[in-house]
Amino acid sequence: MNMATPRQLLVPGTYLFDGRMAMKGYNLNRMCYSLNAAENRRKFKAFPEAYCHAFNLTREQTHAVTDLDVPRLLQLGGCINYIARLTGIYDLSVQDLGVEQSGLRLDEFSALPAAGA
Amino acid sequence: MAQVIGALTSSHIPSIGSALASGPQRESRWQPFLESCAPVRQWLEAQQPDIAVVLYNDHGLNFFLDNLPTFAVGAAFDYSAQDEGWGVPSFPPWRGYPELSWHLIESLVEQEFDIATCQEMAVDHAFINPLRLFWPDESPLKVRTIPVAINTVQFPLPRPARCYALGKAIGHAIAAWPTHEKVVVIGTGGLSHRPGSEQESVSSTSFNDRCMEALQDNPECLARLSMADLLREAGAQGAEIIMWLAARGALHGKVSKIHSSYPTPISNTTVGLLALANG
Repeated sequence: MNMATPRQLLVPGTYLFDGRMAMKGYNLNRMCYSLNAAENRRKFKAFPEAYCHAFNLTREQTHAVTDLDVPRLLQLGGCINYIARLTGIYDLSVQDLGVEQSGLRLDEFSALPAAGA
Repeated sequence: MAQVIGALTSSHIPSIGSALASGPQRESRWQPFLESCAPVRQWLEAQQPDIAVVLYNDHGLNFFLDNLPTFAVGAAFDYSAQDEGWGVPSFPPWRGYPELSWHLIESLVEQEFDIATCQEMAVDHAFINPLRLFWPDESPLKVRTIPVAINTVQFPLPRPARCYALGKAIGHAIAAWPTHEKVVVIGTGGLSHRPGSEQESVSSTSFNDRCMEALQDNPECLARLSMADLLREAGAQGAEIIMWLAARGALHGKVSKIHSSYPTPISNTTVGLLALANG
């Protein structure tokens, strides 16, 4: 299995959030999770890039965050449940993001032993 | 012995919270759904349950990826709403029932469900919104609650059959609790929806109809679906039906329908409600 490439999903721009993606996106998701605290939302708003840097996001991830590029964030390991925290920052709803949870392409998913029978 | 008197299942999407806060007059598109809850509220008023076991999925409030349990049972004196990224909600805490939680935990482990246990647990919209929907005029809520969280954040998710079996195990545990208390088991989450896709506003009507029927009469048939089947039929977030299946599992023997409804889809999810009584 190629650990670097996210599995393409049924819904364009969304990916199965599994262990591979969770590894890739850990820092990104940790940063988003931290935004549950109002104090951290203030810090993020003041200096978004510095805030991302403090969580060791890659440059690509940082750009996707500041551009609020949701499909890109999902490709880079973001989990929609955590990315949704960015909506609080930008005064959007989860629906505005156009996605609420990642989907997946089932031919690939079915091939996984973890999917069960 | 305590008795599971019914299973109530409902969608939990965040906008239900705002619709409840602003009222159906201001949110006319929500009116059919809010009105569809009336028969369930009447049933609850007549039955006066003492306890609600709430099967829901945490969306990144209490759990992060550093420690993510597949199944987690609350064992706290109370449960509070906390900031989900949009500000601190101003609800009073929900009363817990730690003695029953520990009975449940011991029974589940005995039945080979090796769950995580939480003596502190923040609850998010998936726990809160259905309770507000079913008991809109009660704050704080009189019934005591036990949250049971099921992972839908990170794959692999537990299989539908496993979630159904979890519900059964919860039903057995409650039946062995030596009081005469009445328990409702609540399952929260959506049925079919495909957020973010081109068919986002089109729910899978035939799947939803079959689901509603099967949940009442033939839950084993739904439980036999693989997660892949479920997602193929129900859309990306169809996985949330595992909470409905778990709640249904807690009922045994003959069940009768209190109410079901499936009003016009709102935003990019469908919104459904099903209430079943034991016996």
